[in-house]
Amino acid sequence: MSAVSREAIRVNGREEPLSAASVAEFLAGRGIAAGTLGVAVALNGAVVPRRRWPETPLQPGDSLEIVRPIQGG
Amino acid sequence: MSQTDTLTIAGRSLGSRLFLGTAGYPNQQVMLDALAASGSELVTLAIRRISLDGYSESLVDVLARATGGRAAGPVGLLPNTAGCMTAKEAVLTAQLSREALDTPWIKLEVIGDRELLYPDVEELLRATEELVNDGFVVLPYCNDDPVTCRKLADLGAAAVMPLGAFIGSGMGIRNPHAIETICARSPVPVVLDAGIGTASDAALAMELGCAAVLLNTAVSKARDPVRMAAAMRDAVNAGRAAHLAGRMPMRAHAEPSSPQMGLIGG
Repeated sequence: MSAVSREAIRVNGREEPLSAASVAEFLAGRGIAAGTLGVAVALNGAVVPRRRWPETPLQPGDSLEIVRPIQGG
Repeated sequence: MSQTDTLTIAGRSLGSRLFLGTAGYPNQQVMLDALAASGSELVTLAIRRISLDGYSESLVDVLARATGGRAAGPVGLLPNTAGCMTAKEAVLTAQLSREALDTPWIKLEVIGDRELLYPDVEELLRATEELVNDGFVVLPYCNDDPVTCRKLADLGAAAVMPLGAFIGSGMGIRNPHAIETICARSPVPVVLDAGIGTASDAALAMELGCAAVLLNTAVSKARDPVRMAAAMRDAVNAGRAAHLAGRMPMRAHAEPSSPQMGLIGG
């Protein structure tokens, strides 16, 4: 992860500029409202429960995984 | 089929012994129609990174809308950890699925080879132990190996799901004796997972003593998925009934069905 610059985060494996202060703010910017069911978030390898999205800050170098259920066998 | 022949896993009663996958159908409506025709009350889903380019209706909403009015209630969800190659990845995927879907049920897949999709037993056992301790209802996809199945049950798996053949191969049940042995010994329900190609495979699984069958490609890639879903429903019911009825003993020689006395002539 040495390639991650000081003001960037990784979102679903892709580096991008850090543009939100919290997980909730980041998701809102992508059209995912606070408390949306069917979406789950992990920050640096640990699940962030939905109710804690607003109070969970994002910092440079963080790695965010945002997932949802899709068709599967 | 008797009304009382319900399958119970981790306290949940299931009226259908067919679990259906939701992937690979020609389109969403065919998937929903196949689900209805199958009578299944439990469907599998995968957990994947969301597309951040645009937000579309979630599969969960689609399923809830399509099945909410059924007598059996909305279809149950069995998220999977498909594609995970380590216990660590599988545990995080399970935790994300629990958060996304609000269910502790997980079809645990930890594969050791991306081409064969064969289970990695060591990682599977480790992930099962961790997830059971974390309160999950763990249904592991595993080898058709009685020892591995016993270890998984000992760790607290709610069911074991041995493969009949490679995932998506449609090769049927390659080692029926192993499946029968697992069924005879398992303290938890045995669900035949992977390998089913057509209705007779599903019936055989049930005749061997499986509590249920999980399949996907056999229906989604059939020429007529909806008709195959109905065939699978019937096959599972027939195989289950045959298992309960108890088959006749096999003989190496003929045994006449009709009485031998009173033949004309002679």
